[in-house]
Amino acid sequence: MTATQSAERALKRGGILMAVGLFLVAGVYVRALLFTPEEATQGLAQKIFYIHAPSAWVALYLAYGVVGIFSVLYLFLKDPRLDLLASSSAEVGTVFTTVVLITGPIWGKTIWGAWWTWDARLTATLFLYFVYLAYLVLRSAVDEPGRRARYSAVLGILGALLVPFIHMTVYLFRTLHPMPVVLQPGRPRVPGPMLVTILYAFFAFTVFYFGLLARRYAWARLKAERAQREADGGDASR
Amino acid sequence: MASLLAETRAIAAKDLLLEFRSRTAFLSALVFTALVLAIFNFARDPTAVSATDLAPSVLWITFSFAGVLGLNRAFSLEKENRAIDGLLLSPASRTALYLGKTVANLVFVGAVEAIALPLFALFFNVPLLDVLGPLVLVIALATVGFVAVGTLMSSMAVNTKFGEMLLLVLVLPFLITPVSTAAEMTAKLFAHRPFAEWAPWLKLLGAYDITFVVLCTLVFEFTLEE
Amino acid sequence: MRDTASAPALEVAGLAKRFGHVRALRGVDFALGAGESLAVFGPNGAGKTTLLRVLAGLLRPDAGTVRFGGAALVRGDAQHRRRVGLISHHSLLYDGLTAAENLVFYARLYSLADPHAAAAGALAGVGLEARAGDPVGTFSRGMVQRLAIARALLHDPDVMLLDEPFSGLDQRAAATLRSLLGRLRAERRTMVVVTHNIDEGLELATHVAIQVAGRFVSLGPRDGDLAAYRARYAEATARDG
Repeated sequence: MTATQSAERALKRGGILMAVGLFLVAGVYVRALLFTPEEATQGLAQKIFYIHAPSAWVALYLAYGVVGIFSVLYLFLKDPRLDLLASSSAEVGTVFTTVVLITGPIWGKTIWGAWWTWDARLTATLFLYFVYLAYLVLRSAVDEPGRRARYSAVLGILGALLVPFIHMTVYLFRTLHPMPVVLQPGRPRVPGPMLVTILYAFFAFTVFYFGLLARRYAWARLKAERAQREADGGDASR
Repeated sequence: MASLLAETRAIAAKDLLLEFRSRTAFLSALVFTALVLAIFNFARDPTAVSATDLAPSVLWITFSFAGVLGLNRAFSLEKENRAIDGLLLSPASRTALYLGKTVANLVFVGAVEAIALPLFALFFNVPLLDVLGPLVLVIALATVGFVAVGTLMSSMAVNTKFGEMLLLVLVLPFLITPVSTAAEMTAKLFAHRPFAEWAPWLKLLGAYDITFVVLCTLVFEFTLEE
Repeated sequence: MRDTASAPALEVAGLAKRFGHVRALRGVDFALGAGESLAVFGPNGAGKTTLLRVLAGLLRPDAGTVRFGGAALVRGDAQHRRRVGLISHHSLLYDGLTAAENLVFYARLYSLADPHAAAAGALAGVGLEARAGDPVGTFSRGMVQRLAIARALLHDPDVMLLDEPFSGLDQRAAATLRSLLGRLRAERRTMVVVTHNIDEGLELATHVAIQVAGRFVSLGPRDGDLAAYRARYAEATARDG
């Protein structure tokens, strides 16, 4: 099949994955609100955790990890599709980061009384947001696709390596964040049903991320194919 | 190896000669420094906030922005007459080009810092002399950290639609670690805290420098047209 | 072209280069023996500058090979860059430095044995010794072009590439340039001159190519006069332009 047809097929498949992910995420809401007990000290507000934490996982580690890996691959292999994948992941990651930065202060306001405290995790997320934004602004500043891909890859690699440093920097400063309850050595302190909900939430958000990524990537490929066809079509008459 | 050093030196010397002739970026950086000093001096209430508390932050804000002013020059001076092509045509390695520019930037930013630091000590009345050694070390490490990344970024920024304005956006996330760790260490030094208290920050900054100097040197050639 | 037992000074095969969706070069082939000069004529957008930049090693082609004296141009190969000199309509010089400082800098980049002597010699060669200590920013366009030639010749390249060398020059400067280039030809340097101005390029050439839309639509030894080439050029650009 032609490249365009393959891109269109990918678009449809991406759409399906995205819809599945969305359905699963809706399930998170249902489960969190109806089937999970309320937490003792924080009450209803704690349930934002089921959105906040999985979004943070996707934004900070999954999405940026994908950007970093595919940036490196692009510099070695020079396949433009690798660049499209990296940039799609950056866009999706930016969306999830926005979710983290909105749900965080909402949660903070209800339990600590302040919209923003320079708490370690949230600050790290904010700084990572700057990296994502820098990536997107850089892409919009370069028109020629080859150079745009190269520059994005360079920034992608540097940014991916910056993530651990931002974490370490921020953690050296005092932290107010609730201690990670699930990933503690030994047994997690979260009671059974809440643990199930949070694990399910991580799973659902991960699927949703891949759905969005697949769809965005397929769309980017389709656009590139169409632009290529137009450019070639003009030349074919020579 | 010898040729790498010779080429680096030639490129750094050329950049510094050009800057010395025109002096515009250097003077802008100094004016900016004086401005920051003046504003902080007038804007704060001396009874409410002690100078020593404010000094580290003010110092590092000044150093960062003066640094970015200098970074912009590095590749924009190669755009005139497409001089960059001359450099790329020559047998000089891309690594020498990156290192040469970085060294020139370090000298530039270092010169601004060398003038700004005594001025700060004067205005903010901070006891510098007894911690001068470690302080210079901290300043040097942080400067290397942000100049290494900034030089790489300016190589890209200068070739985009937004030009030098993009440089600040690109560099900002990478300023966080060097500048905040340096500011923290500066504060601890001014307060005469023991080495053990600020050693972890030093290690982090050192790790950052090594990682990013190596990384930027490796990826620099991808920022050049090919 | 010339058939020789030894490798041609410059040999190009199947060169292709695209930028995004635009195909700037679509298969260019030619070979030049030592001392021969190729003039490439073509309208704007034909890919002439791209061709030159690939030959200079500034751009990497997507496909095809470039050989200098039989040795293939390998990416990152500093040796090849010593064999090539480029004169473009940009001077590649620093306005803030003096003529001598510019040349000494380039001499250092090329690791020449005695940079100051080399610079002085190059300046004398183009008649600019008197202005050695003046900043290039004060030079006229003609003088800048002469200095650019001095820069390009510093490392004694085998192959000279010229991109629209006469652009922006007045009569007198153009005449000076012509005589300098004539001297290069007499010195048996291989040259590739790219221009959209047939009058200026034809004089220097032993071989002529017409490039339209990324490929040569005509290539061969110079065998006609100015009028003949003007006609041929008009026809080629009308047909494919």
